[in-house]
Amino acid sequence: MSALAKRIIPCLDVDGGRVVKGVQFLDIRDAGDPVEVAKRYNEEGADEITFLDITATHEGRDTTLHTVERMAAEVFIPLTVGGGVKTLADIKALLRAGADKVAINSAAVHSPEFVREAAEKFGSQCIVVAIDAKRVSKDEETPRWEIFTHGGRKSTGIDAVQWVRQMAALGAGEILLTSMDRDGTKNGFDLALTRAISDAVSVPVIASGGVGNLQHLVDGVLEGGADAVLAASIFHFQEYSISDAKQYMAERGVEVRQ
Amino acid sequence: MTDFRDRIAVIDYGMGNLHSAAKALEHVAPDARVIITDDPKELERADRVVFPGVGAIRDCMAEIRRAGFDVAVAKAIKEKPVLAICVGMQALMASSDENDGVDCLDILPGQVEYFGDDLVERDGTRLKVPHMGWNKVHQTVDHPMWQDIPQDTRFYFVHSYCVSAADDIVVGTCEYGRTFAAALHRDNLFAVQFHPEKSHTAGLQLLKNFVNWKGGN
Repeated sequence: MSALAKRIIPCLDVDGGRVVKGVQFLDIRDAGDPVEVAKRYNEEGADEITFLDITATHEGRDTTLHTVERMAAEVFIPLTVGGGVKTLADIKALLRAGADKVAINSAAVHSPEFVREAAEKFGSQCIVVAIDAKRVSKDEETPRWEIFTHGGRKSTGIDAVQWVRQMAALGAGEILLTSMDRDGTKNGFDLALTRAISDAVSVPVIASGGVGNLQHLVDGVLEGGADAVLAASIFHFQEYSISDAKQYMAERGVEVRQ
Repeated sequence: MTDFRDRIAVIDYGMGNLHSAAKALEHVAPDARVIITDDPKELERADRVVFPGVGAIRDCMAEIRRAGFDVAVAKAIKEKPVLAICVGMQALMASSDENDGVDCLDILPGQVEYFGDDLVERDGTRLKVPHMGWNKVHQTVDHPMWQDIPQDTRFYFVHSYCVSAADDIVVGTCEYGRTFAAALHRDNLFAVQFHPEKSHTAGLQLLKNFVNWKGGN
């Protein structure tokens, strides 16, 4: 068996340099500082950190770069930054600030060629394509998912499986898959979606959206075929630590880094 | 103890993010001067050299040669400790299969080969390419660069091509559908396929070992 570990990736949603969605680490003085939160996850054994910038303003963007810089100087595990990445200059600025990978979402929908340009310029290893998928088939039909934008409100009519194949062919080095049906529900990943996407591409797939307990993480890997699992709230609210998650997964036969 | 005047040059030939490597070195050697440089002459003034690399090998080799780092790296290796990382390691080999075949620096004997589109486990399970994530590195010889790093410790990898080299220079191996060289050593040169600057405690320990390494054996 290959010993390559399945990765556990905590996600920070950051607005104007502050973590949102409420982080409750009791022993952190400034609970809203993404660098402090990332350091804590790092110490607990997180395999990577994903930093999702939801800042809307231009001024906030500079804050984001500064936050990424501070994080990269203190947290020596891979750091993916996504949110509002539209141009090659955006990618360059994030990589220079210390991001290891950059996630492209709606800019890829707007112009798939952007993914090719980004991969050619910076290398596939740092280009993650993030997709928001939603089931569009009826219950009795063969399941089918489409790509949505604007936080799941706007359909693009693009088939999710075909889309990830296209993204991988254009040079995406990894897929960050979020189920819009499950995001925020705590009902677990959409396993059929995860399996369909994972089987469709040769590049690694990160499952996201819906994690409410540790069994969901195991299911994402063993049933969904995910190479990595991403979660926010179960770690933020200290329901479980990263090390709890790893121990639970290891006991159920998932190869993890401990 | 690190000499406060120790100069560590991180080679910048225009490809990718070198700041992670520089920041990690600054973290383990706060008294050293870590310099990111695109000037081959800086390597002569440095006490030790880090040769990183990300991206496609053809572009990397073109930039390495254009900037004159082909000659400068070969010279540095004769004089001082050099740590090559990821594509930096691949660039030292004879040639790479990537981009329809690319001649590399031919400083170390061996080839860079594609993992393949049909990579599988021994039990037939499909393996994703790139090889991305934390995998175990098996230390095949004792070496000062492995000091205080337990056997089979996990490091962070991200690559689609891997090195096949002569056994006498391999000091660490990794398993991913095949056995490949995770670390090479010859004289003043230590090369790793993984990213120590992204490998948490173990990676920082390796960088610390490099800062203290005298080169040779």
